[in-house]
Amino acid sequence: MRKDRTEMSEDDDRSPPLDLRGADIAESSSKTRNCSGVTGSVAGPGPGPSSMDFQAPYPDQVLENVLENVLQFLSTRRDRNAASLVCKSWCRVEALTRSELFIGNCYSVSPRRATARFARVQAVAIKGRPRFADFNLMPPNWGAFFAPWVLAMATAYPWLEKVYLKRMSVSNDDLTLLADSFPSFKELVLVCCDGFGTGGLAVVASKCRLLRVLDLIESELSDEDVDWIACFPESGTSCLESLIFDCVERPINFEALERLVIRSPSLKKLRLNRFVSIGQLYRLMVRAPQLTHIGTGAFSAPEGVALGDLEPDYTAAFAACKSLVCLSGFREILADYLPAIHPVCANLTSLNFSYANINAEQLKSVILHCHKLQTFWVLDSICDEGLQAVAATCKDLRELRVFPIDAQEDIEGPVSEVGLEAISEGCRKLQSILYFCQHMTNAAVKTMSNNCPDLEVFRLCIMGRHRPDHLTDEPMDEGFGAIVMNCKKLTRLAVSGLLTDRAFNYIGKYGKLVRTLSVAFAGDSDMGLKYVLEGCPRLQKLEIRDSPFGDAALLSGLHHYYNMRFLWMSSCSLSPPGCQEIARALPRLVVEVISNETDKLNGDDTVDILYMYRSLEGPREDAPGFVTILQ
Amino acid sequence: MERAVNYGGDDLNLEATELRLGLPGSDGLEKQSSPGVRTNKRASPDVAEDSRSKSNNSIVSDAGNGGRDTAPPPKAQVVGWPPIRSFRRNSFQAKKSDEADGAGMYVKVSMDGAPYLRKVDLKLYKSYPELLKALEHMFKFTIGEYSEREGYDGSEYVPTYEDKEGDWMLVGDVPWDMFISSCKKLRIMKGSETSSLGCL
Repeated sequence: MRKDRTEMSEDDDRSPPLDLRGADIAESSSKTRNCSGVTGSVAGPGPGPSSMDFQAPYPDQVLENVLENVLQFLSTRRDRNAASLVCKSWCRVEALTRSELFIGNCYSVSPRRATARFARVQAVAIKGRPRFADFNLMPPNWGAFFAPWVLAMATAYPWLEKVYLKRMSVSNDDLTLLADSFPSFKELVLVCCDGFGTGGLAVVASKCRLLRVLDLIESELSDEDVDWIACFPESGTSCLESLIFDCVERPINFEALERLVIRSPSLKKLRLNRFVSIGQLYRLMVRAPQLTHIGTGAFSAPEGVALGDLEPDYTAAFAACKSLVCLSGFREILADYLPAIHPVCANLTSLNFSYANINAEQLKSVILHCHKLQTFWVLDSICDEGLQAVAATCKDLRELRVFPIDAQEDIEGPVSEVGLEAISEGCRKLQSILYFCQHMTNAAVKTMSNNCPDLEVFRLCIMGRHRPDHLTDEPMDEGFGAIVMNCKKLTRLAVSGLLTDRAFNYIGKYGKLVRTLSVAFAGDSDMGLKYVLEGCPRLQKLEIRDSPFGDAALLSGLHHYYNMRFLWMSSCSLSPPGCQEIARALPRLVVEVISNETDKLNGDDTVDILYMYRSLEGPREDAPGFVTILQ
Repeated sequence: MERAVNYGGDDLNLEATELRLGLPGSDGLEKQSSPGVRTNKRASPDVAEDSRSKSNNSIVSDAGNGGRDTAPPPKAQVVGWPPIRSFRRNSFQAKKSDEADGAGMYVKVSMDGAPYLRKVDLKLYKSYPELLKALEHMFKFTIGEYSEREGYDGSEYVPTYEDKEGDWMLVGDVPWDMFISSCKKLRIMKGSETSSLGCL
């Protein structure tokens, strides 16, 4: 839904494993490997001509010129990382030609170092907090500030055009500096960020005259009320292509928005927040029938507004949007309005109903038209019956997410193994699934593993902790085992339910491509974690909570931690000395530990949260008081 | 109840884990018991006894949690579980205002000339007319017609409220949702006082 940027996706991080024990991570100045025929130094008088100029150039210079022209075609960072390791010359040229910089962990490298190596960057993507921080497992103000980055880039990258941030703390001042420093700035995407408010948005809107994309996705804005929509330049044509603000929990100036949409002929993506009523949506749609992505806002009328004859023809408005492929929003849906979207269903490739409290019948009326649907997010209010309807129609489905409308543990859930099996029967091309439920069976999970061999992402959340297969009472080991065994392309896995070490044995044995693993309330002993650390060579991101893994298990991963982006372990069985040992053994690892103060007073010395990651910089200087960095 | 689960296979090296007992879960009736939570300091401590002897690697945690073996209380809210972002969670909790969640949104209401203050639960009302009617009833007075231009015309009393920033605002100007999230207290002003309202 929000991942059109395949290059910025965390799942695209296919750097070859580097054995970094005791060695520097690739730094342009320290690379000493040479390719044959090229000496290590850069010869030649000044900047050479970039085209084929046969004025007896030095061999190095020709090679570098050729390289520069060739390397420009390398786009994925995987390829670029590989090229940069060939030799010093290649490393240098690659650094000069890399225009998109991806920083998977903002603390793994300093802004100074990054900007020193890569001099001509136009697009930057930075990720900050670990994912479990989204669920309040990390105390607030842990870090991941955008400030040092924007400060460094303000001088280093004057031609910066795009910034993508995920789980970073961004302040209004940062946004102001951004708006002031980059005259060519075009795209700002903030995903799961916080620390800024409408004041910062106002500055961006008014000063970034070339702004094409302003996307705010699941970000939390501070409590200020600035009319940022009105800050977009009022005259002339706007080059805005994408405006996403469905997460902004404040009313907006609708009249200003309408005027903005009218003067934005290139606008393709517009996602409104819940303060925009369906009547207002209508007014915008008739002005912008060229939209390809619409977030409908509330999809209902505010209370007290008369319905009936004076209602505009919503259906016609949707019918006029011939290019519409992605629909979301429905934040306060009045299901009576749902038929209005029928004209566009046949063309939809992406539909997000995950805020729409609709039942199976209401869904059916819509879904039976959606033959082309590839991405579908929905609430479990549609029940197994709704999922069966999806399975019957959406043969092209690639990604499914089923969220719980009631996120509790002990209730009777509306979706179950029945829905999962139905999906697996009907949607054979499924690549990614996130499924929240109360009950599950191994049989259903096995069936999915057999029916959907293209699965790359399998995230099953059985909300009741330690819940076994509800028909056989057995652990869910066999089901997850089947997934890793049969889904040969699996790169991301989240497990739940009652799981013994056996499940982890399966993962270690068969999950050879797994890069991201999420574990909660699972496993019996250290063996579980050992199986995974020893068995999964591609593992990059491991997040574990409330599982009985201790110091011995942690030690078994020493050979691998430099190849990982991070390891998170909270409420496990780790001790400070155990974590200390890791810190001593691996100097390039930053080992952050958070301990519960009251537990310490009670004599309980277990580590509350361990968060460790490779870094070129050593302990960060902005760590808050509750973080201890072990060395 | 012990369950003899035969895992089979030589590759598991069960000796290392020393699994002496069967599945966690004290008996077949209680499917939802959650042993093995011995290290979870935030969760409900419904720990089953037999889980402690399972692993010889959890000595540290066992010692630490020795004092935690209380009788299982009703399932407490575990932090961050299920893993739903608060934005999504809150989107639906806001709609449950019909259910009695006990919290309410009580704000003080004062009226010029009245001897004591009252309290109203803003969550009970879905719109301004409803709230104003309730206030009229509570204090036995009438409020005039609201218009954006003139405020409350034709009455001696004007409903005002104090917002988060400490300013006194006229009730009715902002959308209802915005009002209830920013209203800290209400004051029914007498007409003669309202000229000093500098909020518009």
